[in-house]
Parts: sequence; C-alpha cells; structure tokens
Amino acid sequence: MKTMKTKIDDILDQYLGAGRDQLIPVLQDIQDAEGYLSQEALVKTGARLNMPTSKIYGVATFYNQFRFEPKGRYHIQVCRGTACHVLGSLTVLQELEKALKIKAGQTTRDGLFSIEVVACIGACGLAPVISVNGTFHGNVTAAGLQTIIEQYRNKETL
Amino acid sequence: MTNINIHKTMMAHLHGQTAGDAEAMRVIQSFRKDDVPKPVIYVGAGTCGLGAGAAETIIAIKEQLKQNGLDAEIVEVGCIGLCTAEPIVDVQLPGRNRVSFKNVTQDKAGIVIRCLKEADAEKQDVLGQFNHSGKISWNGVDDISRHPFFARQRRVVLKQCGIINPESIEEYIAHGGYAGLKKVLDAYTPESVCETIEKSGLRGRGGGGFLTGKKWQFARVQNADQKYLICNADEGDPGAFMDRAVIEGDPHRLIEGMAIAAYGIGASVGYVYIRAEYPLAIKRLKIAMQQAKEYGLLGKNIFGKGFDFELKIKTGAGAFVCGEETALMASIEGRRGMPKPRPPFPPVKGLFDKPTVINNVETLANVPEIILNGWEWFSAIGTKTSKGTKVFALSGKIKNTGLVEIPMGTTIREILFDIADGIANGKKFKAVQIGGPSGGCITEANLDIQIDYESLLSVGAMMGSGGLVVMDEDNCMVDVAKFFMDFIQRESCGKCIPCREGTRRMLEILESITQKPVAGENQALERMKGVMQLEKLGQVIKDTSLCGLGQSAPNPVLSTLRWFRDEYEEHIYERKCATKVCTELRKFKIVADACTGCTVCSRKCPVGAIIGNKKTPHFIIEDKCIGCGACMEACKFNAIEMN
Repeated sequence: MKTMKTKIDDILDQYLGAGRDQLIPVLQDIQDAEGYLSQEALVKTGARLNMPTSKIYGVATFYNQFRFEPKGRYHIQVCRGTACHVLGSLTVLQELEKALKIKAGQTTRDGLFSIEVVACIGACGLAPVISVNGTFHGNVTAAGLQTIIEQYRNKETL
Repeated sequence: MTNINIHKTMMAHLHGQTAGDAEAMRVIQSFRKDDVPKPVIYVGAGTCGLGAGAAETIIAIKEQLKQNGLDAEIVEVGCIGLCTAEPIVDVQLPGRNRVSFKNVTQDKAGIVIRCLKEADAEKQDVLGQFNHSGKISWNGVDDISRHPFFARQRRVVLKQCGIINPESIEEYIAHGGYAGLKKVLDAYTPESVCETIEKSGLRGRGGGGFLTGKKWQFARVQNADQKYLICNADEGDPGAFMDRAVIEGDPHRLIEGMAIAAYGIGASVGYVYIRAEYPLAIKRLKIAMQQAKEYGLLGKNIFGKGFDFELKIKTGAGAFVCGEETALMASIEGRRGMPKPRPPFPPVKGLFDKPTVINNVETLANVPEIILNGWEWFSAIGTKTSKGTKVFALSGKIKNTGLVEIPMGTTIREILFDIADGIANGKKFKAVQIGGPSGGCITEANLDIQIDYESLLSVGAMMGSGGLVVMDEDNCMVDVAKFFMDFIQRESCGKCIPCREGTRRMLEILESITQKPVAGENQALERMKGVMQLEKLGQVIKDTSLCGLGQSAPNPVLSTLRWFRDEYEEHIYERKCATKVCTELRKFKIVADACTGCTVCSRKCPVGAIIGNKKTPHFIIEDKCIGCGACMEACKFNAIEMN
C-alpha cells in the first residue's frame, strides 16, 4: 500500500545514513515540526536508524523535552527554578491550571493552550517567569496571568 | 566600504598586518565604536532584556525615530548583567560618551528620542555613562563603573557582554578578539598551552573545581587518532544563568576559548552541548560559528598553521543529570543520559571511547584572557587556592538581581549588601542558597566568609555553577528543602538505587513533616524519627551513589537541617510553619462576632469543612480543613483568622 509522504519522512530524508548519535537531533526536529512525537514518528525513526522502536521510546521518555501528546497552539512553559519558587511560582502554576482548567502536561480541549513545567529557563532575574511559545513574561502575578492569557485568546478571535 | 573590503581588512588585522595602515585603523576604530559617525542606540536584548520588554521598546523607538525624522543605528547587544534595570538602552552620540538608560519600557522610549534630539539625559533615568577617552561627557551623570552594582566587580568573562554586538565578529576582532588564538598558534606548543593554563590556577567553573590545565594535560598525553573537546553549556542548575549570558552576549569568546583548548589537547572536533531552553543563545552561537568559519577561524588549517578544528552544536533535551560528564557524553552518543563509573575518566576514554575533555562555558571563556595577559596576571587575582574571578547569578528576594563577576575572595556579604543593595521590600535576610540542588545554604553567621572553593565546602555549601538565590524571613526552609528534593528525585536518572529510591524516601519524609497531621498515636515521635532518618539516609546516599548528582543530592536537606533545625522541630512538634508557606499546617478560625452567616465560605470550601446555618455564625471543623485559605479569601467581613 502506498502511503502519503509526510513531514516525518521529509525530516528523516535529511538524515540519510545517520547513526545512533543523530537520534536525539532527529527526534528534536520531528517534535519541532509536529509539536510532539507520535507513534508513527517513533516507528519510522526506528526503521530509518535501524534501531528497535523500544530503544527509541526508551531514549525519548528519558528526556523531559519530548512529549507524546500534541501541544496547544500556545504552549505555556512555567519555570519552576529555585528563584521562581522562592518568589511564588507554585501559586502561578496553580492559578494557571485553574484558569485554563487543565493540569501541567495537558492541552485544553480547544487545542489552544498547553502547560508544561520546566526546570529553569534561565531568566531568574525576572522571576517568576513563564514563556509562551518562546516569548518570555517576567514578574508574573496571578492578576497579570489573566491578562497574558486573555491577550493570546484575543489573538485567536480576531 | 564594501563587505569584501571589510573582510579583507579584518583578516589583515588578525594577521597583524595593519600596523601603520591609516585606512585599516579607521575601519577597525569604526568597529571599536570609540566614536560614531551617527547616533547609535544599543538595546540590551538578551533573554532577560526581552523578558522585560526590550522587543516592544525597539519597536517603539523605531516608530518614534521615524516620526521625528531622526537617523540612528539600532544595535541589539547582550545582557550587561543588571536584570532589575532591564530593558537597558544605551545611546551614543557622535563625539560623546555612551550613556546608559535604565528601565526603558516601551512607554519610555521618549527618553531615548529626547536624548537624540536635545542631547539631554535626566539623572533619574540614567544608569551611568561609559568613559571613552577624549569624548564629551554628560554633565551630572556618574561613570557607570562607579555605579554600586559595578564598582566592586572585576569583569573578565563578562567584559564585553552588553557592550559589543554579539552578532558581529568584526566588533569582537576590533576589541582584540582572536588575538589569543593567534598567539597560541604562533608561539605555543600544545604542551605549553596546557602548562600555562595549569600555572594560572584556573579551576573548573561548572562545580567540581578541578584544575583545568591538569585535565587538559591528561588528554594531551593520550595517543589517539581522534580526541574531542566538549563545552558543557547544559546549565541545568536552577538559579544559574551566566553561561546563557556569555553565549548571548559574547559568543566569540567561547569559540576562541574552545579553539585554544582544542589546540592544547589535540582535538580536532568540538561539541557545544547546549540546553534547548536557550533558543536565543543557540541562534547567536550559530551565527558566530558561521562568521568564524568565514574568517577561517574554524575549519581546516586555521591561521595557516595546520591546525584543524570543527565545532558542532548539540542541543540538550532537558535532563539535569546530563550536566554530569559521562551522562552528557551518553546523551551526545544518542543514548539515555545515564552516568558510567569512573575510571576510565573522560580524558582517557570518553566520547565514542576517545579521549575527551569537558569544560564549562565560563571556564573556556576565561582562556583567551589568560593567554593574552599571561598566567601571572590571572593567578594574581583571587585567593590562595582559587584564582581568577567567578560569575554569580543573583536572584530571589534581593534588590538588584542579575550577574556579578567578582574576584575570588570577596565576601558574600559584599555581594549581597554592597553590590546587590540588600534585601527587597525591607525584609530581613534569612539565608542564601548557593550551588543549586547540589549546594547548601549560607546563613547570617557565615556571610563574612571569603568565597573560594574550599571555604564554601567548609560551611556545607559548594561553589556549584554559581547561582545565589536569596531568601528572606518569609521563606520556609523546610519548604525550600522539599523543593530541591522534589527536583532531584524527578531528575535522578534511576540507575543506582540509593539515589533513585533514597531521594524519593527523603521527599516523602519532608512531605509528612509539612502535611497536616493525621490523627494517631505518638505521631510527633514518628516524625522526629523521620528527621533522624533524613540525616542517616542522606549520608548513605552521599556515600554510595555513582555520580555527582546522587553524591550531592542530600546537600540541600542536610544543610538546612544543620542551620535551621529549629524550623524543622517547629514543623514537627508544634505542627506550625511560622512563615505560613506550608499551607497544610495553617489553621483557620471563624470569629463568631464578626461572622454574619452569609454562607459564602461554606460554599467555597473545597472539602466541606465549614458548617453553619444561614445568618448564624459558622464553624470550621479543624480535622477536615486542609488549610487552603479559600474561605479567608472569600470572606467579605474579615471574620476568618489565620494562626
């Protein structure tokens, strides 16, 4: 049966003849393109790198970066580093979970937002920090959080 | 001047062939920016600057420049280190000193425009002015080097961060860049490079503090067809961000340091293992590497001396344990990032079983300066056992957050109270956490110790990568210990049992201390036993774990237990958290006289712990209450008290 050539195939084609040391970069590229690692991606990567899928799954689950569920259009990373913790990032996370009605690691039903907890994004001087699709928001408060969420939500309805 | 001519001139300058050539000197001067032909606006656009709104500021400035018909060059620079003053915007007018404005958010872009139009700078907006010799200085504006935040610093690694354009190799070269690499290739044997670094006394800045030159020697004497150099930029310690700032602000310094190191050990391939969480640093490093290649400073036959060095970027995938050498190499090889027993040490058998040296970003960024100024210069800075400077990342409850670079031997009190201007909001200092999840706390009593590797160890802390997180009286130390334990047990790779299981047990004990007591007999006694177990368990984990992560995992707990035992005891015996951080230990009571019986609290309570009829005073059942405080937030009559 002929199947359609997908984004995953395109990425794998860039890594022709790659060895095991290219595994993590391949997975990172796929996740960048697709937003997550699907079962299809893992199987195909295994076939290309000549490695058992189980091994690939083993590597992928080891690292915090890889996710196995699609992420929202606006992916919110909440920093839980020391400086952020000391300045109340736990409250920020709880407020965010309350506001979006999802837990960390989940995606809202409309596919708009997802929350991820990250160890430290290195902007400790602005703690507590969240990052939405790579844009940093510093000195976040519970009230400020609402404004940030609304700002992205409004972008959608425009 | 065309780009090709600039390239030619800079190449000639690199090769030392521009002496006496007036035209070439003019080009180089233009990149040194001692004077500018038209106004230049420098915007601090590191991650912290952007987080504070630098991107919006740039847009606002551009718009207002257009409206006013002004012509100026806008340059995005890295971070100068004073995060609280971000976004920082500098203005350099022709013939005048460069002047630095603080907190220029988008609505304050007018400050910059006024400066351009009227050559005017209001004192309250200004951070300070840079001193360019012979240029007109700003009246009433202090020299930036006299600003309390900068006055006590000694900048070696951060010298050019926030000053030069990180995306211009020409500026780096004009400021004396790559002269160290040329000096090494011209006049040094690999052996003498390693010797120079060893004599300088430079020690690893990533935590361990091993003599860098010695490490290089081990790898240099190995016979192998291929050797590797790895730069560890997987800055996983929460609370440390100096490596990010160096790469974002002065990426060529790292590349030059790596090329010198590679020549010293005989490596022809280098890797920068950098966190995926630092997209801007990765972008700037990629640009810098491309430029270095174009100038023949990376690649084959560098400076025509037959030295090849190829540099690759590997993006980390988010695993704290990959800061450990052997785990990092496993990750580059495409495996799970799990440590291996040592020996064999990486300089003997490392990446792909070849001799490998792994150095931290800050360590490598020191190398060009040591080569240029000589090891004697470097070893004259610092204390007896620890030479040079160290960058610390200040964060937490402190007025001036940011990056400070101080000579070893400075006291922590000086950093916190002179440089960083003390605790924010007039609160009382409690402790400073140093060295991240592997480090410990330093209390008021030890603030006067001089910073070096050994003195920090003597008080149960460690240098680590240099994160300083300041805590005030509102922070609960048991909660802080719990935070680190939670982090460590999640990040433990799971290879050896003491670390995998032990850290989990330690977290459980800490949770039981901070949780609401469950009714039962001798519970206080059980929990006290828990604390004694914490100490014993901590010792076992330290003694029996394979890698640095496990061996240092119990440190935050042991350190807080050592200095704040009374807080632990208060949590255990009195079931009380004085700082009210541990919510489950909070107790609430309804003041009957103030309660109107509006029933809002009982409807808000998530566990149904509040009873009472309409229009009669309500009551909280203590056994059911989880201390969330929802009732207190909801009450409009201030009828709920917390103790």
